[in-house]
Amino acid sequence: MNAELALISALNGASYGLLLFMLSAGLTLIFSMMGVLNFAHASFYMLGAYCGYQISQWVGFWPGLLLSPLIVGIFGAAVERYGLRALHTRGPVAELLFTFGLSYVIVEVVQVLWGRPPVPYRLPPELDGSLFTVYTVDFPRARGFVMLVAGVILGALALMLRYSRVGMIIQAALTHAKTVETLGHDVPRIHMLVFGGGSALAGLAGAVGGALTVTEPNMGATIGAILFVVIVVGGMGSLAGAFLASLAIGELDAFAKVIDRSPADLAAALGARLDPSNPLYGLWSLTLSQAAPVLPFLLLVVVLLVRPRGLLGKREDR
Amino acid sequence: MVRRGFVRLLLGVLTCGMATAAAAQTTVRIAFIDPLSGLMAPVGSNGLHTWQFVAEVANRDNWAPGVRFEIVPFDNKLSPQESLNDLKAAIDQDIHYVVQGNGTSVARALIGAISKHNERNPGKEVVFLNYAAVDPDLTNAECTFWHFRWDANSDMKMEGLTSFLAKQKDLHRVYLINQDYAFGHQVQRAAREDLTRKRPDVEIVGDDLHPLAKVTDFSQYVAKMKAANADTVITGNWGSDLSLLIKAARDAGLTANFYTYYAGTTGVPTQMGASGAERVRMIYIWQPNIENFSGDVLVKEFKSRYKEDFTVMAAYDALRGLAEAIRKAGSPDPVRVAYALEGLRFHAYNGDVEVRGSDHQVQQPLYVSSWQKVDGVRVKYDQEDTGYGWKREITIAPEAAALPTSCEMQRPPRPN
Amino acid sequence: MNRALAARWLPWVAGALLLVIVPVLFQQGFVRQLFAVCAVMIVFTLSYNLLLGTTGMLSFGHAVYSGFGAYATIHALNWIGRSHVPLPVTALPLLGGCGGLLAGLLLGFVSTRRSGTAFAMITLGLSELVGACWLMFPKFFGGEGGISGNRTVGAPLFGLPGWNLGSDLQIDYVVGAWCFACIVAVRALLGTPLGRIANAVRDNPERAEFIGYSARQVRWFMLLASSFFAGISGALAALNFEIVSAENVGAVRSGEVLLATFIGGIGYFHGPILGAIVFVFFSVALSQWTKAWQLYLGLFFVVLVLRAPGGLAAVIERALAQVRDGSVLRRARLLCALGACAVLALSGLIVLVEMTYQRTLEASGGYLVRVFWTDIDTRQAAAWVLPALLLIGGALAYGWLRRQDTAANAPIAVLTAAER
Repeated sequence: MNAELALISALNGASYGLLLFMLSAGLTLIFSMMGVLNFAHASFYMLGAYCGYQISQWVGFWPGLLLSPLIVGIFGAAVERYGLRALHTRGPVAELLFTFGLSYVIVEVVQVLWGRPPVPYRLPPELDGSLFTVYTVDFPRARGFVMLVAGVILGALALMLRYSRVGMIIQAALTHAKTVETLGHDVPRIHMLVFGGGSALAGLAGAVGGALTVTEPNMGATIGAILFVVIVVGGMGSLAGAFLASLAIGELDAFAKVIDRSPADLAAALGARLDPSNPLYGLWSLTLSQAAPVLPFLLLVVVLLVRPRGLLGKREDR
Repeated sequence: MVRRGFVRLLLGVLTCGMATAAAAQTTVRIAFIDPLSGLMAPVGSNGLHTWQFVAEVANRDNWAPGVRFEIVPFDNKLSPQESLNDLKAAIDQDIHYVVQGNGTSVARALIGAISKHNERNPGKEVVFLNYAAVDPDLTNAECTFWHFRWDANSDMKMEGLTSFLAKQKDLHRVYLINQDYAFGHQVQRAAREDLTRKRPDVEIVGDDLHPLAKVTDFSQYVAKMKAANADTVITGNWGSDLSLLIKAARDAGLTANFYTYYAGTTGVPTQMGASGAERVRMIYIWQPNIENFSGDVLVKEFKSRYKEDFTVMAAYDALRGLAEAIRKAGSPDPVRVAYALEGLRFHAYNGDVEVRGSDHQVQQPLYVSSWQKVDGVRVKYDQEDTGYGWKREITIAPEAAALPTSCEMQRPPRPN
Repeated sequence: MNRALAARWLPWVAGALLLVIVPVLFQQGFVRQLFAVCAVMIVFTLSYNLLLGTTGMLSFGHAVYSGFGAYATIHALNWIGRSHVPLPVTALPLLGGCGGLLAGLLLGFVSTRRSGTAFAMITLGLSELVGACWLMFPKFFGGEGGISGNRTVGAPLFGLPGWNLGSDLQIDYVVGAWCFACIVAVRALLGTPLGRIANAVRDNPERAEFIGYSARQVRWFMLLASSFFAGISGALAALNFEIVSAENVGAVRSGEVLLATFIGGIGYFHGPILGAIVFVFFSVALSQWTKAWQLYLGLFFVVLVLRAPGGLAAVIERALAQVRDGSVLRRARLLCALGACAVLALSGLIVLVEMTYQRTLEASGGYLVRVFWTDIDTRQAAAWVLPALLLIGGALAYGWLRRQDTAANAPIAVLTAAER
């Protein structure tokens, strides 16, 4: 591990982490406000990617980037208004089941409309090429763009929540919904707005993420699992926690992939040599890079056992 | 009484005539089981189009007189379990020939299921034509009578690739990256063995295994290659795993040479484009720019029909072989056809093809090619409208490409 | 004969007869395969309902238990084949149950510490963890290719020659017998004090604590029972398909059992059985006719969640009650009109979906699509406009008629044990 590798890994991890945060920020807001874990959030991410693709086919990439969060946000608001609101009285299980079924249906609708193979959604040629060079490795302009979008949007979100009137009402409704209602604000409408806003964030994440990597019907499922880990590890209901957790998981993923050492190597360095004929050798000689896919979930289980609130969590389940 | 007898005779003659007329044109249905969804869908879909196209050519040119070929597609989603469901559905539809190529795990599962089925249901046998799954074990330790492999296996390809690689002067630090399943492990092992044997001075500076068809971002792996100062990368990756790897390499500005099996498959040429020129090489049983541009008639017709590149020559050879065997055996019965396939020889667009009877591994020439700009002289046909195509570097004759086998084949009783 | 007694025993006798007759009545491999998959799914959904319907625990990782059972079975099968031990293969599902039970012991201890949404999320995390782990241990999980086995090894059934489970008729009978045994066992379990207290823990855990039962322990015991039966279902799947791979533990399969159980109705004992049959019909039979079957299944599920959370069992019971008290006859015209609107709207939707699928899926395969036994040319504008009109018109008419129907305006609720 030299300085070049460490630096580029840190940058790659940060770009992945920021993309994760764009996704988890919306989900955290929705959960804090309404207590419902939106299973379909990752499907909104996928919808954003496909909307971005379709609009970029008709008009161009930049209009797609602007319009697809809008479309997904409106769709999310509709889902809340006509679906979740009716289920609110029936409890969290019914809401979970509804969002679960919805995620299923969205994937299927996408497959019907755009087919099963990946679609060629690419970033525009302006974003090709390298942004800067770290020793000898190029850091692509595309990744830098994703980081920029995430940073700007999230900065705007933080500012809005803190300093604008709407933001104050939302923050109040997060913890004292009934009081806010007695003050005359339409809390169900606020719920709808927050749900729509969170979905729009997911759509935006999809519009950039899908162009950066691959846009195909399964993309929601793969990132959905990691998203879920971020929410729980960061603490359900805490934006700052989600930010820390996203970055942590992004960096963990990036660095784990480049470390080709296993516990057996560690033991050997300390003097204890492990015999290959030992039946557990397969387990001990597993390098960190091979174990990389499983690390986020291991972290999830540990956190759920040891500190169920998460890193900076404020809210337990209802 | 006589009139009734005459009517019966007339009816008998008529039905006989109809039966003969019906027998005059049998349809041999072939099940195509490969991924048509997910990350590998473009490769599977290209394979399906290839098979459908070759079947049309076979029917048009009457390769097996009185026999029509029909392809029945099944989407296995790259899953062995789903493939077995597809196999059961195919058997229910009275299909006796199965073709598959993408993914050794699937091939292995199909071979196991087909062997069990043939053993438990004599008279309803199924023959498996493997057009791209190249794990060597399938024609060595796990060989069966019902399986025929039409592509060169992974050991043969690595042998050919390293014999070209060994002659390169700028070869000092090699990085291996492969998919983490049976085939990737085989490529890993063969690369290490062959390099140690042919170029012991070369250092293997990295050896990665990544999950199959799941990774969408190879930038960290490329960063490792850079950090290790690798000048050569050897990979058996195919489909999205290769195209995304090459994309990440291009994005990060990696200047290493790539030695691959599958840089000619769907999606990779678009990622390579100009940046891959002079740097990417691949080994396969054919490519459009071999001597005399043999096979270009297929290339042109396929392109105009499907707007895709014709690359899977193994499918063409497989159907040619099947038609020849049906002709030789005089019937489409799978057991007879399988026996007729053993030892079959014919001349195809990619050279002399022989189905070796001892292990059912087809012997044919191998071509190592490198990615070059179209110049109209050595490189006439480009891939995926990039303006770049394959230039033939060396031809390896079938005898030189052949490897011994450890197969001890069990054969069913020969039909009379 | 006492009518009530006959009514109680009739379903059991009829079910047993069905399990015996169906495999021998239908010769096609396709139907026999359907039968086996159905039987396996019934055991799976019953085991899941022990968690969801009985104890109120929503789990997103149930396939882990059945997957462990499947892996235990396939390893045992291969061991029997290698060492030629004359063990009967038909007893292997018991071993599979133990495999599931072991997984339940290990993982359940971790997950049952919490309840409600937290439990659901832990199960999701554990399921993803196991799914991510399988590739790292190819010796146990078989890597990408999974592990195959051959069920014709070991001692033949009851020593009868030829009964080596090779044919699909024999495996159908074995699977059917195990399925029936599991149905009986689950019914018995639900009648025990544990089963009853589990209902109490579902409805009011605090109250159950007050009468002296530890809610956490009850949940854990129910999880153990559920994982045992899930392990049996996994073992039966392993014997039927003779291959076990990552899908047996995957999140997709966990989602499938959730869908199937909920569609059937979680508040009834026979709900999961009904749901399993409907789900298998969707996935095996419907998938032969249309590629969009998963979309139809998902829409059906969402509609059920919104309008009939009691599932199909509740819908049928409600319908039967309305037939019995005559409200069906009174509203016969209205119901016919409702039915007609629904059929028209559905037809429009199906045609639209199939046509869209054809356009995107087989772009080089042509423009004709076969729906409802007719070929439709997707290039004609009329072919799109007409079904769209049917869908919109039918849906609007249905909505309007529904508002006129005062007798059935409340959605069908989940009936509690007291109401049933």
